Amino acid sequence: MGSATPTPLVECRQVIKQYPGVLALDRVNFQLLAGEVHVLFGENGAGKSTLISLLAGAQEPTAGEILVRGRPVHLHSVHRARELGISAVFQDFSLVPQLTVEQNLFLGAEPRRHGFLDRKALRREAKHMLDRLGFALDPSERVQHLTRAQQQMVEIAKAFRTQPSVLILDEPTASLTERETEQLFALIQAATARGVGVIYITHRMSEIRRIGHRITVLRDGRLIDTVDAKTTSEDRLVELMTGRVISEIYPTIPHAPREIILKVENLTAASLSVRGATLEVRAGEIVGLAGLVGSGKSELARACFGLDRIASGRVWLAGEDVTGLVPRSMLQKGFFYLPPDRREEGLVMMRSCRENMVLPALQQKPLRKGAFLSIAQEQELTARLTRRINLQPAKPERDVAHFSGGNQQKVLIAKSLSRPVRLFVFDEPTVGVDVATRAAIYRFIGELCEGGAAVLLISSDLPEVLHLSHRLYVMYRGRIQAEFAGADITEQNVLRHFFEREAA
Amino acid sequence: MSQPAGSEPQTAPDQAGAREPSRSRAVHLAQVLFLRLGVLPFLLAIAVVVFTAMSDNFLTAENLVNVVRQSVYLMIVALGQMLALLTGGFDLSVGTIVALTSVVGASAMASVAASVPESVWLAIALGCLAGIMAGTLVGVCNGIGVAVFNVSPFIMTLGIASVGFGIALYMTGGVPVYGMPPEFGSVFGFGRFAGVPVPVLVAVVVAGLAWVLVNRTALGRYFYAVGGNVKAAHLSGINTRLTLFLTYALCGFVTAICGMLLTARLETGEANIGASMPLESIAACVIGGVSLRGGVGRVGNVILGALFIGLVQNGMNLAQIESYLQTVVLGLLLILAVIADQLRLRVIAGMKD
Repeated sequence: MGSATPTPLVECRQVIKQYPGVLALDRVNFQLLAGEVHVLFGENGAGKSTLISLLAGAQEPTAGEILVRGRPVHLHSVHRARELGISAVFQDFSLVPQLTVEQNLFLGAEPRRHGFLDRKALRREAKHMLDRLGFALDPSERVQHLTRAQQQMVEIAKAFRTQPSVLILDEPTASLTERETEQLFALIQAATARGVGVIYITHRMSEIRRIGHRITVLRDGRLIDTVDAKTTSEDRLVELMTGRVISEIYPTIPHAPREIILKVENLTAASLSVRGATLEVRAGEIVGLAGLVGSGKSELARACFGLDRIASGRVWLAGEDVTGLVPRSMLQKGFFYLPPDRREEGLVMMRSCRENMVLPALQQKPLRKGAFLSIAQEQELTARLTRRINLQPAKPERDVAHFSGGNQQKVLIAKSLSRPVRLFVFDEPTVGVDVATRAAIYRFIGELCEGGAAVLLISSDLPEVLHLSHRLYVMYRGRIQAEFAGADITEQNVLRHFFEREAA
Repeated sequence: MSQPAGSEPQTAPDQAGAREPSRSRAVHLAQVLFLRLGVLPFLLAIAVVVFTAMSDNFLTAENLVNVVRQSVYLMIVALGQMLALLTGGFDLSVGTIVALTSVVGASAMASVAASVPESVWLAIALGCLAGIMAGTLVGVCNGIGVAVFNVSPFIMTLGIASVGFGIALYMTGGVPVYGMPPEFGSVFGFGRFAGVPVPVLVAVVVAGLAWVLVNRTALGRYFYAVGGNVKAAHLSGINTRLTLFLTYALCGFVTAICGMLLTARLETGEANIGASMPLESIAACVIGGVSLRGGVGRVGNVILGALFIGLVQNGMNLAQIESYLQTVVLGLLLILAVIADQLRLRVIAGMKD
């Protein structure tokens, strides 16, 4: 981009960030202009998060210069960045769960009267702010009682409070519904119209196309290119990001359904998050489960696996009634559930990859001999799994916490291979994962299916379920609204059942 | 990734290295040691230097053997405490377990010895059994509270500590229990086997078993998994409640062994021993790098942690530091260890790729 005439809001010149043993950013140049949405694009570990943490004042560069409105600045703290008008929404929330929405919004800037907290003014201003943003949130609700999507909205509202001139958003739509996403996009457009510059990190191509102006692609800590968002093709972006051509992200998986493996009859969860759901999954097919966040699609699988209580209905696994069994028994019967949040439920972060991968298999031979473990067998199994999922770097003794998000997801997936499984339930298997890892995970799921396993794929990522599923159920408010198969699985068909249709 | 190494000669360490290579290498080595092993090697080195300077008798073979002999009681309790810490909890009732074991064991031994004076070893065996069962029972209560009723380990073990201590005092009226056969003390308190003090041998056996349990058995792996991420453990088919229950039961059992050894050393059953055990055992673990958040810890380091505390106490005794001041030092060391651990985690977190 040659348009160097306007002074950029923020500029990085030859910025280097060196961690012990890792060069996270290597002489990166970056410019953010007023009124633009500048997308940062790259695989996990490419340096996007490091770059925004420098701009937000969370970390300082090892070398190089950061300029705000043409003046070199020293962003030594988040507070300093805020003073200069830079406000960031990170993926890890900065909310106090025990405080209410309004208390969180004004944390550190509470309205005061005669030195005491002014609760009326707090309520008034919080209401005003949420209304202006169009977020349907109760300001007196405690943050810990909100859904993740609602917490995300609070986080975004907090960033907008100070009227920043630079707004940094790190995958803000990861847990938002489409309607909330639309609201956010409207907000972003209103902000850019006022001259705010937005730095936006996302893995979703459709969003880049929707709101992005320019895209800066990073790979291995280096700047690859800054390109125009409207004219650059998807394939070209993937090529820039990965350094290689990926013609096909979604593999073609032959549909060869055999006997019924999972059969759910009229299932209602004790929490009523699932009501009267009936579905079946056969060996050799991938069945998708789509719906909004909170539609009950995840809860359905969790109830089947024994994580949530079942009020009524039956669950059959290969003809055997397994209703209400605990996860341990389910695993023994060959039912594997892969949770959506690897940090929260999936992995023991401070332990090694090996220990994580073999964890589900420790109950039985060959890893276990009586009360004792066979470390040699563990290492052998781990080596096999590491090759199978292509973990790079292949260091299975390293703590999981020291791997990138994509690699962590691979380790999580490897867990499902540690013992014989005939029903795989993948709940959001590619959340926060780069395109290359994503493609690898899709190939992997395809291979499982071709190997004769039954696969239930739960996902909020619409293209993902659309492309991979042989059959697809759509859920809305705890009920299964529709079922599609083969060519009927289209975006229009599916989306029609995502929202209101209760009258029927 | 390799080319930038040459392209950034401006970094400070390189320049310092050119001027003073040996010093920078030492600093680098210290950093690596700190990240790998934690604060313990540094504290040990400082302690040895300080106490050697303060007392001529400190750095002698005889005294160091003494330190080991004195430390084994704490070492055994710390190994039990480690199990609780691994699962993300802790056991504040270890002092009570020691006391109750001592009182129950001594009483049982004394009454058996009184009724059948000719069979000394029967009295010793039954007394030990009774004492260890009493201590284990306290652990079982902790386990039931934490695993079945979801009481936080803090409240459960704190409450049980009060209950058990009260029972121990009530049983004895606060007076030491006499009447154990003298052989008990002379073998398990002061005896030697192949030149090694018997308590040290017991500690070696306990440590060996603890190492095998933690590193080579499924249950040991479950401790780490449950402490590291209880939800992930549950989803991986681990019986998390049973694991938690066994943690506290085993902690009680191991601590009870220490209770009997101390009873043998004192040659009386006492309700007032073990009061400092909760703090000292947690300190030994934390100084040895066991994480208070659960999921991280090694048997070898906990042993070193216990040895270190024994070393400091011994050193302070030789340097004639008042015992009241000694508890001040111990408390400060515990806090220092936690601060150092957090510093270390911050540096490690910064190295993520």
